[in-house]
Amino acid sequence: MEREAVLSGLADVAVELLGVDRDQITEDARFVEDLDVDSLGLVEFVMAVEDRFDVKVPEERLDGIATIGQAADLVLEMAGTPAG
Amino acid sequence: MGVTCPAGTDLDTYWATLKEGRSAAGPITRFDATILPEPFRFACEVPDFDVSPYLDFKEARHADRATQLGLAAAMDALADAGGDALTGATDPARCGVYVGSGVGGLMTLEREDRNLFEKGSSRVSPYLVPMMMANATAGTVGLKLGWTGPNLCVTTACAAGTHAIGEGALMIRYGAADVVLAGGTEACNTPLAMSAFGRMGALSSRVDDPTRASRPFDPDRDGFVMGEGSGILLLEEWDHAVARGARIWGEILGYARNSDAFHITAPAPGGGGAAACMQLALADAGLEPGDIAHVNAHGTSTPLNDASEASAIVKVFGERSVPVTSGKGVTGHLVAGAGAIEAVAVLLSLRDGVVPHTANHEREDPDLGIDVVSGAPREVAPGPAVSNSFGFGGHNASVVLGPGPAPAT
Repeated sequence: MEREAVLSGLADVAVELLGVDRDQITEDARFVEDLDVDSLGLVEFVMAVEDRFDVKVPEERLDGIATIGQAADLVLEMAGTPAG
Repeated sequence: MGVTCPAGTDLDTYWATLKEGRSAAGPITRFDATILPEPFRFACEVPDFDVSPYLDFKEARHADRATQLGLAAAMDALADAGGDALTGATDPARCGVYVGSGVGGLMTLEREDRNLFEKGSSRVSPYLVPMMMANATAGTVGLKLGWTGPNLCVTTACAAGTHAIGEGALMIRYGAADVVLAGGTEACNTPLAMSAFGRMGALSSRVDDPTRASRPFDPDRDGFVMGEGSGILLLEEWDHAVARGARIWGEILGYARNSDAFHITAPAPGGGGAAACMQLALADAGLEPGDIAHVNAHGTSTPLNDASEASAIVKVFGERSVPVTSGKGVTGHLVAGAGAIEAVAVLLSLRDGVVPHTANHEREDPDLGIDVVSGAPREVAPGPAVSNSFGFGGHNASVVLGPGPAPAT
């Protein structure tokens, strides 16, 4: 999976769930501070990302994921492992 | 006062629709109704409701339709009562919220239940709990306004709207708040709820003629028509309202609640509990039955409710001695929203001296013995009115509403 494709997919999810403008979704955009996502919102976001990329993100791996760029890294890493 | 109901999402439209007696019933559009038995595939939906003036995109995604409708009615009620001028003049800790709900965010619950069984536990929305809980609307209204006073939800099925108004008035009477947004909201026009009400035999099966299906007190009534929506009233301590020069729609003169303790869903035959409830409300108001100018009935159009309520009215007021109306021929049954939009209708009646007729009441039911306002709105002498709501569980609620002061000239 290409990193560009992952970032584009994350932007799709963010636009759909958060109602943000697409150009707000940069590598550095922070979930809490920039995108106004609370803890429940993050769970919902991860759920949508898992569906979108057909990956499974273990809950313990979410610690320290604060930006879109970090989320993209995690998706790429998880895509390298069998989903489910 | 604010309404978001099948007969209108502003007071003028609601009032005009009630006076026209135009039923809001039609085919179900909110879900694929073919899952229901054919006779039940109709309801009273709120048409063209736009939540965007009240909630942003993300908030709206995380609010069940019941909360969206309730919040909109609450914000409209606040605006009607003076909006910023009111909130600016009131300590937020003295502002309360009391919104009733029958079943909470059932549409959301049903959707997530399907997710659970079709996709698994990990696909259940983390927002399910705050969206489905019955108190979500009360909490959301308080949150949006920053009101830190008492904030409660009453969950007494179809009686919840009237209970919330009465209990909200008591909050003020007991000195716990100066201002309370009170009423009810519901959106249980869902596949599961309509299946369940259908299985109980509570729904009208007049799918061939939906606009004539809800016919309170008519001898051909065969059940209620499911509605959705909300009504919210801004209650305010009298001196507080007078001091800020508020426009006062009316006064809550009395309130009572009791229980049939007879059957979990059927009303007590003879309406003993409902009659006692109305008598207690009159006593609370310091009024006699003869002082009451009209009764806004629960009048659901089910054979049992209307017979029992008519008996109760006859017990309290005597035979054919007080004009009785029900708005449910127009709006369908809004469950927790019902008592609230009906209190709004009463206050509009008191303003205009006109009681809307009971839509689809075409013939008198000789077994009932009550004077149902039929065919056209009726002018009535000015005077207080009683509004009733009764809920599954045996819950009864009656509120006595009086006109506001005459406008200064």
